[in-house]
This record gives sequence, structure tokens and C-alpha cells, in this order.
Amino acid sequence: MLDLLSGFITELRNAGLPVSLTENLDAMEAIQHIPLEDREAFKYALGATLVKNNAHWRSFETVFEVYFSLRGPEYKIDGTESDLDDFFREMQEQMDQMRQGPGEGSGGAMEQLTAEELMSILMSALMNGDQAMMRALARQAVQRFAGMEPGRPVGGTYYLYRTLRNLDLDGMLEKLMEQSRQQVGGDLTSLEERLERDEYQDRIEKFKQEVEAEIRRRLVADRGAEAMAKTLRKPLPEDVEFMHASRDEMQNLKKALQPLTRKLAARLARKRRHGRKGPLDFRNTVRHSLAYGGVPAEPKFKYPRPAKPELVVVADISGSVAAFARFTLMLVYAISNQFSKVRAFVFIDGIDEVTDYFKKTEDISEAIHRINTEADVVWVDGHSDYGHAFEVFWDRWGKEIGPKSTVILLGDARNNYHASQSWVVREMSHKARHVYWLNPEPRSYWNTGDSIVGEYGTFTDGVFECRNLRQLEAFVEMLA
Amino acid sequence: MAHRFDSVQEVREGLRSVNYLADDGIAGVVFLADRLGKPVLVEGPAGTGKTQLAKSVAEMTGARLIRLQCYEGLDESKALYEWNYKKQLLRIQADRNSGSWSEVNDDIFGDEFLLTRPLLEAITADEPVVLLIDEVDRVEVETEALLLEILSEYQVSIPELGTITAKQVPLVFLTSNNTRELSEALKRRCLFLHVDYPQMEREKEIVVTKVEGITEMLADQVARIVRSIRQLDLKKSPSVSETLDWARTLVLLGLDTIEAEQAKETLHILLKYQSDITKAAKELAVD
Repeated sequence: MLDLLSGFITELRNAGLPVSLTENLDAMEAIQHIPLEDREAFKYALGATLVKNNAHWRSFETVFEVYFSLRGPEYKIDGTESDLDDFFREMQEQMDQMRQGPGEGSGGAMEQLTAEELMSILMSALMNGDQAMMRALARQAVQRFAGMEPGRPVGGTYYLYRTLRNLDLDGMLEKLMEQSRQQVGGDLTSLEERLERDEYQDRIEKFKQEVEAEIRRRLVADRGAEAMAKTLRKPLPEDVEFMHASRDEMQNLKKALQPLTRKLAARLARKRRHGRKGPLDFRNTVRHSLAYGGVPAEPKFKYPRPAKPELVVVADISGSVAAFARFTLMLVYAISNQFSKVRAFVFIDGIDEVTDYFKKTEDISEAIHRINTEADVVWVDGHSDYGHAFEVFWDRWGKEIGPKSTVILLGDARNNYHASQSWVVREMSHKARHVYWLNPEPRSYWNTGDSIVGEYGTFTDGVFECRNLRQLEAFVEMLA
Repeated sequence: MAHRFDSVQEVREGLRSVNYLADDGIAGVVFLADRLGKPVLVEGPAGTGKTQLAKSVAEMTGARLIRLQCYEGLDESKALYEWNYKKQLLRIQADRNSGSWSEVNDDIFGDEFLLTRPLLEAITADEPVVLLIDEVDRVEVETEALLLEILSEYQVSIPELGTITAKQVPLVFLTSNNTRELSEALKRRCLFLHVDYPQMEREKEIVVTKVEGITEMLADQVARIVRSIRQLDLKKSPSVSETLDWARTLVLLGLDTIEAEQAKETLHILLKYQSDITKAAKELAVD
């Protein structure tokens, strides 16, 4: 048991969670008070002692699933018996009693069903929200459709895809909607329809999770926890790279962005308020001394109020770096009250100002959507041309850059071998207060191939690597 | 030391008896807090019942609730203890003619002249107490250090008096709205509990228990609509307390079922930004 836990904690640390020694000890103590067969309680006991940040909860769950998921003979892909930890066996029995209660009768019979029958059972289970049935069906579906082979080196997503393709859950949703319409007899009002749809979607989502968990369990049984944990290891949201984020990770990033901006804004506001004691304010001190009969008992100081910077963001939104530009714009606008003015420009090979999109709406994501659809950024062929974009920018808006402006250039500086026109950046740095360049590429890729970030970089006040939220946050904090 | 609870189940049922519907996670962590004698750091969006949890636990165990509301600029004299200067001064003046210096000196730094503030009060109390340190993320990082001694050792050191140790270990809850990252030192000493928006079934139960005269059916609809709204990309998702307000409004209006039209008209109780309201109204009506 002890070995198992320490392996678990090592894996948590590998996944990037900061687990200290005291927390480790706490966890050990906590589980002594929890009945081991209660898996949920066990999980929360570990969670409460080891995970101190909600953003890390998902990673924790994954590792937990892998280490303490149910491993047992019936999850074996083939029949071979391997040695099982006693702890698991105990847990296994407990869980079997719990889960097989309602599902048992159908469990044996399910083997003989045809695919169509299976589907109709699934449908009625979804219709009634029958949890136990759904779980049993998930097991059956994986067994039948995933075609898992022991020792085959493919990821879990492959099996998941195969299983879900056979189940056609999207079609299922439509059918479910159809059926509930019939049940009511006639049409649903739009509100009711929406609610029904959400309900079914929720159930289908739960079913998908069951399938996923089932696949994971089988894989763990096949390969062992350590190997699985390694393949399943996902970076924490703040470490996900903008340039290589999957759709799911993008969603998580978006969710992570909002609390982050809140924190950032609070921190910046605090920074502005504190730690600024200037020289003695003589007039103010004398004025207050009147209350003490002319004795300057209460010295007053001048509080310097540094001007908020005026921000000009110029972002490359061509395919490869679009996600990065989007996140930076979202972040900057979310804390725009920390700046006296924010102007945003986007380009690919043509350039367009998009400040208005943000002004007209409170909803940042809507503005981003408009940028993607409406901004006029293509000049010739829609391949990045930094040189031309900068030239046009200087031509049209160059005179509005003044000593108060801070210019931030976003992009990987992959110029497709066009002329660099780096004199624009040089001129900019002469006129503006600061010019920074943010590059979403890893530093080792800079200046390779058609990347000319070095050439632009020499004229700026600094080129920063901004591959993930953590780095972006650090930069913005420095800026404001 | 005697434990307050025997099992997680007991915590859960106890909380239910004071109208707080806890899920497994919440009950489990409260149980552990008692067993391990550790404070609980409760984090989560506003209006999900973080403060209420502490209140309910106090009510359930029949303990006195001592609350420390945190704010920027909170300091030792407001959180821990303060010497009663006026009284000390009076004491010195009364003694001006008699007594030696050492006598007075010993005298004015006694219990009599100590004003206890919430933290000190919590650990000197004879009866069982629940200590609630509300919105701990509002104090500055430096002030957090004030809490460390009391959270890990349940004691307060006063230079003039020595160390005061707790007579009994209080249950401590810290709540945070997560406006800033709390320091590692603080987090390490606590059990962590994230309270999120409840699952639909639980929210429905909450509505049924908390709102008088609501029908099962209406509660179900309310919970489902709120779930749908929370899935939208909003500035501020409706919290549990807003759900309850909304449900109460609907009951007052004498409704048994919600039509799209009425939902739209009362949305402003659920959502507090105009852009959110427009968005939700659009989504609910058209889709």
C-alpha cells in the first residue's frame, strides 16, 4: 500500500503538481481515517490533502484513475492471469458488489445481443438516465467494438474513436429528441426543446466518460499503471503550448484564462496602490498642521501616479500563430482598464485595425470571432508577410505612435522569405516608449528556416518567448 | 481528543438536518478536518455556499461561530489581539503614588488589559467553536503569515505574555474567491476543498429544501434552465444563491411551470450583466 501511494505521488509530481513532503504525510494520515473500500471517499481524502489548486484537479483525476482504477480478471484483454495487488482485489470485490446489483441480470445476457438490440437498449437507458445500465453497456460496447489487442502500442484515443464510431452517438441524440417530441405529443416549445437537448447531451457525455474509463481500465490492466500514467500525462492548462493545443486543450485554456485575468487585474491594481511613498508634500503638510496649531505633526507625502501605458498590439493571425494572437488579445482586453488606451491591429500580409470590434461589444469572444471573419488582412496570397504589413502599418498609423505608446508585436516572424522591412521596427522603437516582440515558438527554433525574429529583435526592447499562459501572464505583469 | 464525527455519512446527514446539502466531497473533507485537526481551505466561485458551509457546520455541532472577515489592511490588532492602552494608562495613573515600577509593569500586561480579537478568541474559548476566516484572499501576502501559527499549532504567541495554546482544537474554515494565489505556506497547512456549482440533481434538491412552497416540477425546471445557462460562455454564471432568488421570485409570481416568455422577463435576477442577459435570452428562445 505504501509503495503504491508513493508511486502515485511520484507520478503526480511528474505530472507537474507541487506535492510537498508534509502533504504527502497528511495524505498517509488521512487515508487511515477513511474506509478503504469507499473509493469516492478515498479519492477525496487524497485530493484534499495533495491537490491545492483547482486547475490541477483534472490531472489528479487522471493519475488517480490510472493508479486506483479497478484492475481485475474481467478487464484482461486476453485470459492470462497476472499478479494483482491485494489492495486492488479488495477494492474490486467491493465495487463489483456495488455495480453489479442492478446490472447483473443483463450482464450475462448482453453477450448474445445483436448490435441493433444493443443500440436500442442503450437508447432506452439514455432515455431513462439509467446509470447502472449505461455503465454495463459501456463495458459491453468497449468489448465489442474497440477491438483491443494485448500489447498493441496504440493510445486510448484510438480505441475510444473506434468504439464511438460504431455507436453513432450524434444520431442517437437526434433520435432521442424525436422520441421525446412524440412522447409529449406534438411540438415542444423552443425552451423545452433546448432543455431536453441539454439533458440528453449531458447523459451522452456521461456515457462517453464511462466508455473512456472502461478503455483506460483495460489498458491499465494490460500495461501496468506506470506505463499508462506516462502516456496519459497531460500538461497543466498553464503549460499547454498555444501552437500545439488540441481542441479540448483550447477549451480548457479558455476556461483558465478568465480566472487568470481576474487575478492579474487584482494584482496589478494592488501594485499600483502600494509601495509608493514619494517625497514630502510640503504644502499638504502645512495645511494639515493647522489642525495642530501650526505644528507639523502629521507629515504628508506625494504619491506619484505613473501614467498607465498606452498599448498598441500588432498581431500576426495567420494559421500557425492564430491561437496565440487570440489569447494575447483576449488577455490584453480583459485587463484593458490597466492601460490608458488599447489599440489592436491584425495582419497576415495585409493589415487592418480591429480596435472597434472590441469597443462595440462587452463580449471579448464575439470580438475575436469578428476578427476572424471580417478583418481585412489578406493582401495577395494569405501567407504571412511581415514586411509588407509593417510598411503599411507605418504608412497609415505610424504618426499615431508617440512617446507614451508601448508597441507589442506578436508573431513567429516566419516571413516566407519576403523582404523584412525591419527599418519600420527601428523607427518604431525611436518614437515609442517601448517595443516588445512576443514569439510563440520555442527559443531553439528562432532564426531557423524563414524565421527572422533576430533581425526584428535587434531593434526592440526585448523579444520574449511566449509559449504558454504562464509565460504570457509573466509578460503582461511586467508590462503594466 | 474526542472526535466530533464517527463517519462521513454522519457529517452528511448532520448537514442535511440543518438544510445544507453536502456532496461526498464536502462531507468527506469536513470529516477529515475533524479527524486530522486541520483547517479547511474552501475555494470556489462566489455564491456557492462556502461561507454557509462553515455556518452550517457550526449549527450542526452546536458550536459558536467566530468570524473573521478579511480585507485589505487587516492587521494583528484587528485579527489577533490588542492591548487596551486606555485602560493601561488609567491603571498607571491610578498607581502614580503607590507601588514600585515592577509591580505596575507586571500588572498592566495581564489578561485584564488584553483585548481579544477573533483569532485569539477562537483558541481561548472554553466551549466548542467554529472559526471562519472569510475571504482570506483579500489580505496581503504578508498578512497571511499572521495566520500560519494559529493554523498549524493552534496557538498565539504574545511577547509580553508568552504562548497561549488552544484549550480545544476548533474547526477552522478559510474561504477564498481565488482572486489571487494564496501562499504555499498557507495552502500546505490546510485541507483543500473546491466547491463548484452543484450538479443538476443536487441543485434541484437545494431549491426544494430552501424555497418554501415550490413544486417539485418547478424546481426541476429551474435547475435545468440554470444548468443550460451555465453552459453558455458568460461573464458571470448564475450562482446557487441567484438560483434560489430566481426560484423564490417564480413562486411569488405564482407560477407552476416556466414558459420561455416568463423566463426571459425574470432573467435579470439570475444574471447581472446586460450582455449576459441578452445572450441567454437569445439562446433560450431561439435554440
